[in-house]
Amino acid sequence: MTRALLPLGGFLILAGLFWFVLGQMNKGEYNPRDVPTQFIGQPAPEFALPDLLDPAQMVRPSDMAGQPWLLNVWGTWCPECWKEHEFLVYLAERAGVPIVGINWRDEAADAKAMLTRLGNPFTKIAFDPESDAVIDWGVYGAPETFLIDAEGVVRERHTGALSPQIWQTKFQAYFEATENPS
Amino acid sequence: MNRTMVWLLALLLASGAAARVEVYEFDNPEQETRYNKLIGELRCLVCQNQNLADSNAELAVDLRRKTYSMVKADKSEREIADFMVARYGEFVLYRPPLNANTLLLWAGPFVILVLGVGLLIRTIRRRRDAQPAEIDQAKLETAAALLDTDQDRKPS
Repeated sequence: MTRALLPLGGFLILAGLFWFVLGQMNKGEYNPRDVPTQFIGQPAPEFALPDLLDPAQMVRPSDMAGQPWLLNVWGTWCPECWKEHEFLVYLAERAGVPIVGINWRDEAADAKAMLTRLGNPFTKIAFDPESDAVIDWGVYGAPETFLIDAEGVVRERHTGALSPQIWQTKFQAYFEATENPS
Repeated sequence: MNRTMVWLLALLLASGAAARVEVYEFDNPEQETRYNKLIGELRCLVCQNQNLADSNAELAVDLRRKTYSMVKADKSEREIADFMVARYGEFVLYRPPLNANTLLLWAGPFVILVLGVGLLIRTIRRRRDAQPAEIDQAKLETAAALLDTDQDRKPS
């Protein structure tokens, strides 16, 4: 009776599918909750927010034109942001990568205390307690990192903590291209 | 037992009703209707199976405030939905528009319905056309005899 084996076959196909998808999720290659960004290949959305460390200054994405740079959304309430902070400091200090921070839904004092404790990798930090810039960039979680090229076009985006591996596969090439024009 | 269930149910309903805390004032009832319709149809990106109206996530609060300010500025329903889609993609809409990407989503239920009805019709036809099984007359009589006697019944 091959008919009797049909349910078993169906079960095995489903089990195989679930096993594969769970494997991809564990490797971090698939996130079912990920919402694809709308901005790859689009000009970086503009905003103007006061700087966390100097509220008299405004932070604008257009200030960064002419070089590739990173936009990193973080907050002291976000555990993954604490995890990735050391790597951001490494990128800023050792690799000379310009990073603009968006400090999201935070108390200014808490944010400053975190930077004092872990170091400050940011060239500028937009203070965004009410999600103004965050909504304009289609961000729904932290940390989230965008790469904007010298022409002001968004090229890459990563949700979750940055790691050396992700940096190498997604971001590094953009900075090598400008540092060693050959 | 029953009372406990009622209390649990009441608690469940209460938590749903308490999700939206902020009170907004509108210029006219039409704006309020538009606002309520929009937050009912926009998805919360944090707790992805809730709409903005039901969600307590902080991003949902901020998106409701954004929606409110746009409604207040007399933006149309379409303009506000487009604003959200431009930032978060069509996933933000609980009623996605019909296009190439969402075709399967919209047509899927009807395809399954047609398949199901087809299968049902086939099964009914096959049953109707099936020949009655041939049964040995002797065996039928044995069975009838067995049914008529109470011999093998255990005392109750």
